[in-house]
Amino acid sequence: MHEIRNFSIIAHIDHGKSTLADRMIQKTGLVDERKFRDQILDTMDIERERGITIKSQAITLPYTNDENKEFELNLIDTPGHVDFSYEVSRALASCEGVLLLIDASQGVEAQTLANLFAAMEHDLEIIPVINKIDLPSADIDRVKEQIEIDLGLDSDLAVLCSAKDGTGIEDVLEAITKHIPPPKGRADEPLTALIFDAHYDPFRGTVVSCRIFSGKIRPGDTMRLMSNNATYKVEEVGVFRLTREPRDSLSAGEVGYILAGIKNVSDTKIGDTITLHSKPAAKPLPGFKKVKPVVFSSIYPVASDEYQSLVDALEKYKLNDAALVYQKDSSAALGMGFRCGFLGLLHLEIVQERLEREFGQSIIMTSPTVQYRFLLTNGETITIDNPIYYPDPVTIQKSFEPYIKASIYTPERYMGAIMDLCSERRGTNSKFHCPTPGRLEIQFDMPLAEVIYDFYDRLKTVTQGYGSFDYDLLDYRENDLVKLDILLNGEKVDALAQIVHRDRARTRALVACERLKEEIPRHLFKIAIQGAIGGTIIARSTISPFRKDVTAKCYGGDITRKRKLLEKQKKGKKRMKMIGSVSIPQSAFVAVLKSDSK
Amino acid sequence: MSSPGLYIHVPFCRSKCPYCAFYSIASASLILRWLNAFREEISYYKGHFDEFDSLYLGGGTPTFLEVRDLAGMMEQIFTHFDFARDTEITIEANPCDLTREKAKSLMDLGFNRISLGVQSFEDNELSFLGRRHTSMQSKKALMDLRSFGFENIGVDLIYGFEGQTLEGWVKTLKQAIEFKPEHLSCYQLTIEKKTLFGRLNEKGMLTPPDEEKERIFFLATSNFLKDHGYMHYEISNFARNDSLISRHNCKYWHHVPYLGLGPSAHSFQNSTRRWNIGSVKKYCEMLEGGRAPIGGYENLTEEQLSLEKVSLGLRTKQGLDLKKIPRNPELNNMLLRLQDSGFLKIINDRILPTRKGFLVADSLPLYLV
Repeated sequence: MHEIRNFSIIAHIDHGKSTLADRMIQKTGLVDERKFRDQILDTMDIERERGITIKSQAITLPYTNDENKEFELNLIDTPGHVDFSYEVSRALASCEGVLLLIDASQGVEAQTLANLFAAMEHDLEIIPVINKIDLPSADIDRVKEQIEIDLGLDSDLAVLCSAKDGTGIEDVLEAITKHIPPPKGRADEPLTALIFDAHYDPFRGTVVSCRIFSGKIRPGDTMRLMSNNATYKVEEVGVFRLTREPRDSLSAGEVGYILAGIKNVSDTKIGDTITLHSKPAAKPLPGFKKVKPVVFSSIYPVASDEYQSLVDALEKYKLNDAALVYQKDSSAALGMGFRCGFLGLLHLEIVQERLEREFGQSIIMTSPTVQYRFLLTNGETITIDNPIYYPDPVTIQKSFEPYIKASIYTPERYMGAIMDLCSERRGTNSKFHCPTPGRLEIQFDMPLAEVIYDFYDRLKTVTQGYGSFDYDLLDYRENDLVKLDILLNGEKVDALAQIVHRDRARTRALVACERLKEEIPRHLFKIAIQGAIGGTIIARSTISPFRKDVTAKCYGGDITRKRKLLEKQKKGKKRMKMIGSVSIPQSAFVAVLKSDSK
Repeated sequence: MSSPGLYIHVPFCRSKCPYCAFYSIASASLILRWLNAFREEISYYKGHFDEFDSLYLGGGTPTFLEVRDLAGMMEQIFTHFDFARDTEITIEANPCDLTREKAKSLMDLGFNRISLGVQSFEDNELSFLGRRHTSMQSKKALMDLRSFGFENIGVDLIYGFEGQTLEGWVKTLKQAIEFKPEHLSCYQLTIEKKTLFGRLNEKGMLTPPDEEKERIFFLATSNFLKDHGYMHYEISNFARNDSLISRHNCKYWHHVPYLGLGPSAHSFQNSTRRWNIGSVKKYCEMLEGGRAPIGGYENLTEEQLSLEKVSLGLRTKQGLDLKKIPRNPELNNMLLRLQDSGFLKIINDRILPTRKGFLVADSLPLYLV
């Protein structure tokens, strides 16, 4: 018989999580060298390109340790971005231990800390793993010191490795078998299984990834989702190798998948508990919550006759992304489309990229916004996630916007730059903490709206890549919020409107006008871009018309060349949105939020 | 206007000019072989075209050929193709080739129109442009041509390059009109990729004029020549009157059929555009091997034809027939808007570009189709 170990890897982006996972898969002989594809756990192109893992997934690794004991090691992969912190928490809840992966040259980062605290909350055994020890800039002693002082962990437990060249992988596997406790829970109790992931298989429907805490599940059982009491007939259970491997059953302690003819991924909720209909558990596993979108944006087809195609694409996309919510929407400027809610900016970008790349859609996304609340003079409170629905200003008694606690982890020398950035983004109530000499953790209360666009990019810029950032939603706070309208040649473009703080309205309007000036190509006509609050123009910029572009010669061979160029330009123009007589490129709708300092 | 035109591309030059993207080689060694191959090429098209009413020898530098070679070519051409009685017969000439004898023999060979590559009357500009002749040679050539009785002389000029002042350019124009040419082609310098200028520009070693300077030069050219009795009938072309418009070149702009012979020459007939291989050597090899020297062709769809009609039409004074533009719901508003903004006029169902329209003729079609 084999023993089971369930573990996850916590790491900052770029600290080498995927490479380590790959090495472990290789070392345990799950795949031979020839078939080995780099970074197996990241199966989607976008993730591969960005070097981050978005959807959590699991893999079961067979391993015999140096005491000749046989193990099944279940590696549960976690998403590595702040947008997906709830998914991370559910993945962690499915483990008994984690590998805390730290880059030997970069040291501990804020995001790692956030996930580490989550792991501590779940009482998980933590094994520090110092990676990239082959780098010339590796400073193992300093990282060990951080582990002791900053994290309060025993640095003697730390395993040294280089996932890139394969050094120390055996030590990592041994440490897992020796330091992470085996799962508890009995197979003869009622079934409780925690859903930590779900993805869509076009042939089999939803593939539910889960950790069995107690009981047993077999094909033929009728399972029940405890959040909504929906029942499904179990068709297949098994574990994840490189592909799905069916088993007769899954029992307490095991990690695997369930197929039960569930049509939509959104029918299953991450964090929900599965039990058996015939012998249900008394209560679900703790920690279930519905994931709520925090960032909103509208999606429109570039050409209005592509609306139906967008409808189909969104339906298909949604099969595999339970976190995306959307509903029909329409804009005077952009026509029919969808208002969508996302977990965060990264999530938004992933949706945009996948719709374009995998589903061949040509879409316009409007600038992202958060959910605002308004207390009206009639006592009613309304919540809006789209500037179009900003209420008549005379009816507004109070306005509120969501705040976050932003944690920034940075080398000390960037403190000034970060303070500037955060106060520019309306950060208040700053707190400092100095975990190790030379490193600084800064916390701010900040409006969520201020970080949803390019805060992270800006932070990276002002800290030359060293700063990292994590956030938690705090609460709603009262602020003076106004609607900033953008007019093109005197015509209001609803899709370009934003809700902004009154004190920042002029700055934001100027930025928006400048950005649009850069994004919109010159036309034959002058284009006036104006920012306005109510009827008052507070910013403007002008795109001067081009006045000469004609090429001198057009004889035999030039004609074909010229026509081909025109055909190309015509195609390019089709991808732009005509508003009045102005052609606006897709990028302009999001660019209005970009800050100016590069 | 619907009779076809015949174009012969003579792919030889004494030396390559740094701005010129037309295909030619700066060597005389292949001339004889090419002449033989050319004879072969003619045989492929005998009887395929109606009577031509224009013949145009361009290049390259046709006058780089010896008179006897030109005579041989003309004989072949007139033997195998039919021409209308009043055919416009043009040769592009380089002032440095035009000795009195050669100038005279052009008349004997049957040419009735000369397009003289003067480019500039400023010697420093001529050397910037890599021309081997002086302004004196150009003037002498113009006087000689007149004295031998040429009544249709076109002067080709280039302007709008770095360092050139508007005064310098107008000075060149003034000297040009002193010879009362029937036709003027004034080409604003385009930096073409596959030329020496193109390579220099890529390396940042040229400073082409900005858009505003180009615009001012263009308008000044148009104004000056208009004031001196020329009509601006195409972006870069001016003529004393309607009958002196280049009949041959107009065929390119109105989808009239034309046959192009010689390396890299283009032909157009029945919605098909075809081009010859752009290499003298390959051209000869193919013909010697019994094959037509075709480099490629395209069959234009209705949509492509109409896109070309719009884009070419907007480059000429005649403009285009409103009915030739595919209907779209925005068209009428856009036409009115463009008319109000002074880019075009709509008269008798024709869209006529204004000079302001000429200036933006590259993008104007995008607003209509």
